[in-house]
Amino acid sequence: MAAVYPATFLALLVVAWFAVTATELVEPYIIPSPGDTWQAFADYPDYLWEHTLVTTGETIAGFAIAGVVGVLFAVLMVYSSTLEKTFYPLILFAQVIPKIAIAPLFVVWLGFGASPKILVAVLMAFFPVVISGISGLRSVDPELLELTSTMGASPVKTFWKVRFPAALPELLSGLKVAATLAVTGAVVGEFVGANSGLGYVILQANGNLDTAMLFAALIIMSILGILLFAVIQVAEMFLIPWHASRRNRR
Amino acid sequence: MPTRTADGDRRGPRGGAARPQGPMVAVQGVDVTFRTKSRTVHALSGIDMTIEPGEFLSIAGPSGCGKSTLLRVIAGLTEPSAGQVTLRGTPVVGPRRDVGFVFQRAALLDWRTARSNILFQAEMRGLPKAWARKRADELIEMTGLTGFENAMPFELSGGMQQRVSLCRALLHEPDVLLMDEPFGALDALTRENMNVELRRVWEATGMTVVLVTHSVTEAVYLASRAIVMGPRPGRVIEEFTVDIPGHREYEPTLESPEFQRLSARVRELLGSGAD
Ligand SMILES: Nc1ncnc2c1ncn2[C@@H]1O[C@H](COP(=O)(O)OP(=O)(O)O)[C@@H](O)[C@H]1O
Ligand SMILES: [Mg+2]
Repeated sequence: MAAVYPATFLALLVVAWFAVTATELVEPYIIPSPGDTWQAFADYPDYLWEHTLVTTGETIAGFAIAGVVGVLFAVLMVYSSTLEKTFYPLILFAQVIPKIAIAPLFVVWLGFGASPKILVAVLMAFFPVVISGISGLRSVDPELLELTSTMGASPVKTFWKVRFPAALPELLSGLKVAATLAVTGAVVGEFVGANSGLGYVILQANGNLDTAMLFAALIIMSILGILLFAVIQVAEMFLIPWHASRRNRR
Repeated sequence: MPTRTADGDRRGPRGGAARPQGPMVAVQGVDVTFRTKSRTVHALSGIDMTIEPGEFLSIAGPSGCGKSTLLRVIAGLTEPSAGQVTLRGTPVVGPRRDVGFVFQRAALLDWRTARSNILFQAEMRGLPKAWARKRADELIEMTGLTGFENAMPFELSGGMQQRVSLCRALLHEPDVLLMDEPFGALDALTRENMNVELRRVWEATGMTVVLVTHSVTEAVYLASRAIVMGPRPGRVIEEFTVDIPGHREYEPTLESPEFQRLSARVRELLGSGAD
């Protein structure tokens, strides 16, 4: 089992964490002990759960929108070079702007609700979806496309039966990256102006020098990212078993 | 979307469509020039040929002499710069649906089983499902794929993949089967077996086949007629009737005087590059 290696490493890390805090090498407000961190979970389960749900909602909304819009753009850009020339530079431009720098602007435009956070999550997750979508759709064997033209198939049929399935492996890799970025996007949005969500929890905990709570929020965030990643990994097993089994053979 | 297909829609399960009178394929004065930014390639020059119904035509020639281009022109995938091609009497002006095409690489859909890859042809053309399944089963048996119907492409050897590709090309009972170096990527022994199989399939079906190859043995063994092309610009340099009648057993055919005479001549024309 491949999971043995990261699990062992994680266990060693936790042991080191115990050791460092138990020997009081560092002050608890710098690194809280695993016990204190656990206590934060135990003392404020409802508080953490509530804010986790907020961030989860924003993340999933941002990821879903980025997924749908990203694939749509990828398709348009693969089929029309005019659209590609028009949008590609703009998409690249949107990608290189630091999201944290435009997040305050979104708050000004959209207020303190969920929408600016979702927007930042969309912006973060969009790029890997478009890029992987374009490269996936282009990866189809050109002879296969010629073959379908000798079959007199409509472009729509060719898209659904040949191009789209051929693009799935790359697209799904892009979606995995996008999922983890969407979590970051939502939290970045919350940092800028929010009264709920894990980003808000982190800012509050930081202000109170409550490092244990901060660690708890960080752990939840990573779990959230890993879970989303895992969901897509599982989807891969169902959507592209042919690809997974071929890959494992290599 | 309006395609440039000109062959109308009479395709489908063959309801005893009348055999056309006259040649199956007529290539008349075809010239192809490719213009790219950096250069101009005169790929084919003044090609004239007719292919009769039921004929097995091999086209041999050095690489780059325009063999693939010629096949693509016949299939309507490349537009000639001059001249025209007619298929069953109708001019080819776009991708033709009454041809079957086999490429050098099997070009299978990785996500489908062998059988489903064969049926892909029927799905794309909207042929009746029950009919297509029955036809696929016949072809699977004919090409020796029995037992591999449910294998995925990555589980199949190169030879098996190419059989699937052949079945797919034959599923809709095309008038003409066009093959572009279909066995070029296979090892020598597999290639020999595939040659024997293809000959058997052709004998059994009486379809029209145009095979591009640069193996002299393959070209002569399979063909009822062979054409040798020369390079720059691609043109026909010689044409032979391969007069080895009856069922062609592999070794006896290769040892026959007629086979040896013809392949020696083809080799001579192709120069030292031939195998
Ligand atoms: N789409 C194309 N654009 C430009 N040049 C091409 C194109 N297709 C083929 N050619 C050129 O035409 C010539 C004949 O090619 P091809 O028909 O593939 O030869 P063969 O199949 O006999 O090896 C080659 O010089 C090739 O580089
Ligand atoms: Mg070629």
